Amino acid sequence: MRGLDDMAYKAKDKKAAIGPDIDLDSYSLKSATHADVKNLGTIPEEDRERMTLAGLDASEKERAGTYIQRDATAVHSGSNIDGLEIIPIRKALKEIDWIRDYYWKLASVDTDKYTARVRLDLQDGYVIRALPGKKVTLPAQACLYLEKEGFNQNVHNIIIAEEESELHVISGCASASHVTRGLHAGVSEFYVKKDAKLSFTMIHHWAEDVVVRPRSVGIVEKGGLFLSNYISMKPVKSVQTYPTTYLVGKGAVARSYSLLVGSPGSELDVGGRIYLQAKDTRAEIVSRAITNGGNIISRGDIIGEVPGAKGHLECHGLILNGGIMQAIPELKGMVDGVELSHEAAVGKIAQEEILYLMSRGLTEEEATATIVRGFLSVDIPGLPAPLKAEIDRAVELSQKDVM
Amino acid sequence: MLIIEDLQVKIGNKKVLKHVNLEIQPGETQILFGPNGSGKTSLLMTIMGYPQYKITGGRILFKGEDITHMTIDERARLGVGMSYQRPPSIQGLKTRRMVQVCGNGHIDVDTLAEKMNFTEFLERDINVGFSGGEIKRSELLQLMAQDAELSLFDEPESGVDLENISLIGNTINTLLQRVNGTQYDKTTKRIARERTKMGLIITHTGLILDYVTADKGLVLYNGTVAGRGNPVEIFKQIKKAGYKECARCAA
Ligand SMILES: Nc1ncnc2c1ncn2[C@@H]1O[C@H](COP(=O)(O)OP(=O)(O)O)[C@@H](O)[C@H]1O
Ligand SMILES: [Mg+2]
Repeated sequence: MRGLDDMAYKAKDKKAAIGPDIDLDSYSLKSATHADVKNLGTIPEEDRERMTLAGLDASEKERAGTYIQRDATAVHSGSNIDGLEIIPIRKALKEIDWIRDYYWKLASVDTDKYTARVRLDLQDGYVIRALPGKKVTLPAQACLYLEKEGFNQNVHNIIIAEEESELHVISGCASASHVTRGLHAGVSEFYVKKDAKLSFTMIHHWAEDVVVRPRSVGIVEKGGLFLSNYISMKPVKSVQTYPTTYLVGKGAVARSYSLLVGSPGSELDVGGRIYLQAKDTRAEIVSRAITNGGNIISRGDIIGEVPGAKGHLECHGLILNGGIMQAIPELKGMVDGVELSHEAAVGKIAQEEILYLMSRGLTEEEATATIVRGFLSVDIPGLPAPLKAEIDRAVELSQKDVM
Repeated sequence: MLIIEDLQVKIGNKKVLKHVNLEIQPGETQILFGPNGSGKTSLLMTIMGYPQYKITGGRILFKGEDITHMTIDERARLGVGMSYQRPPSIQGLKTRRMVQVCGNGHIDVDTLAEKMNFTEFLERDINVGFSGGEIKRSELLQLMAQDAELSLFDEPESGVDLENISLIGNTINTLLQRVNGTQYDKTTKRIARERTKMGLIITHTGLILDYVTADKGLVLYNGTVAGRGNPVEIFKQIKKAGYKECARCAA
């Protein structure tokens, strides 16, 4: 692993391919260590509330297990279900030999300064794995929590759905209410094995001056399904992420949905790239973005490398109260017989729709809110009910900011 | 009661309604005839309060209130409802939710939908991919939920297949507290006496007359009311002599 460290070291000042450049040294790497949390009920209420906004269910009633990290410390990690493993990555690196088959196998340490940082200054992160054949229908939850002002949180996550397993993960990121400024860098590697199903839903609930640089790569084998959802509806200074997924086995499917709201001062540059590398693979990238005075770039890229591969891209953007909305859909077919399509639209709410609802008795504000809600409520197939509920809740909460 | 006095309306620079007068008493239903482009839709949209229909003269009174300058939602809450000819579709807004909105949360959506034979559409986005006839059923379902005092119908039967035309007709009757003319008896008379709902129905085909017995008919021609009378008689005339003749004779 020395080699990787050297590579990371060389890339430690390498700017990202896209997105505003961030001065890493302006953030602190030192934080107080936090004590273990045995019982989620003992998390101070104020923090628990913030975590709840990012999808955490402290009662664990509808969760298969939980991982919580405060700043640099994994404070809670445990599965409630046989066949589901949840382990802090530092512990896994020390105690589990198979982790080396996954750690930095998809993501490259020298992608940019953020991956290099995660390599060189790893704090912690989670490994979540469903064992072969195990169908875990309740979501496992993870929460990455930023508590120290000006802190740079660096995490590395590995998510594995073994053959014929089913795994749902809700990964929430939030900052404490007193935090205004911070940097979150995260590397995530997703492994969806033969005939497995993985859904991963990331909900962000940051603060106005927080910078976020997730770096994700996934691989889907024969017959596997990877559903990836990203929800960011709260003010944040800058998010730039462009997760990549490789569909390498026959019939592998990847679907990605993002719901974005850009508040004034927020800059969201969010995309998804899917490589169709095997027969009968399917990709779908859907994004719904509303700018409310913020700056949103919604990217999508599907690359069809084999005949019979199909992909569809859909970016819909709404400008509500000023701001900039840019859709950048890209398609690349590399052989005969690939079918790729895209649909992009940027606009404002049609006056006709508002008036229609007003004629049913809603005020102009209520009508607008109803239309916005409809715009953001995409049907995401294949999600268990508690996850759907979390997404609906996030959409509901966003209303207050949008209106 | 609805009273329209000397109403003049422009869209952009075009005068679409010129000195229109109209009264609808409580319990009364009127049929609005007129060739394409004569201003029928404009009249309904103006009563509903669409801002692109600029009122340049005259006024509209409803239940004793001057609603000429009220917003659409104020009129809706006062009891004006409309079934549109071509309503917009709204992505992500379930028909169920729309019907709830119309009923202001006080109605049983499923029971109403069953009556309108529309249950299978409740989980679909409102008007998205609906056929002409489905749109009409959806509009009437919304009006049922809204339970307006004055219902405006813009060509409620256009695009509806024969199978559903009686459903449309009967629903309009229910909305307007009317019974089909063929079932006339004592209770019908009582219902007629106690009736308060008002209706204004645009028809192009006249088909709706087979189901709804209206009190009056009027012909709109080139933005003005060119004639009034018994709706069935007017329709006969129109069929025989065409609008141009009819407008002249009725005037
Ligand atoms: N948005 C518009 N802009 C300009 N003219 C319009 C518009 N809508 C309707 N008109 C015109 O107003 C007149 C009346 O239209 P309308 O009320 O729709 O008639 P009808 O419903 O009787 O067919 C027509 O000449 C039509 O072309
Ligand atoms: Mg018309």
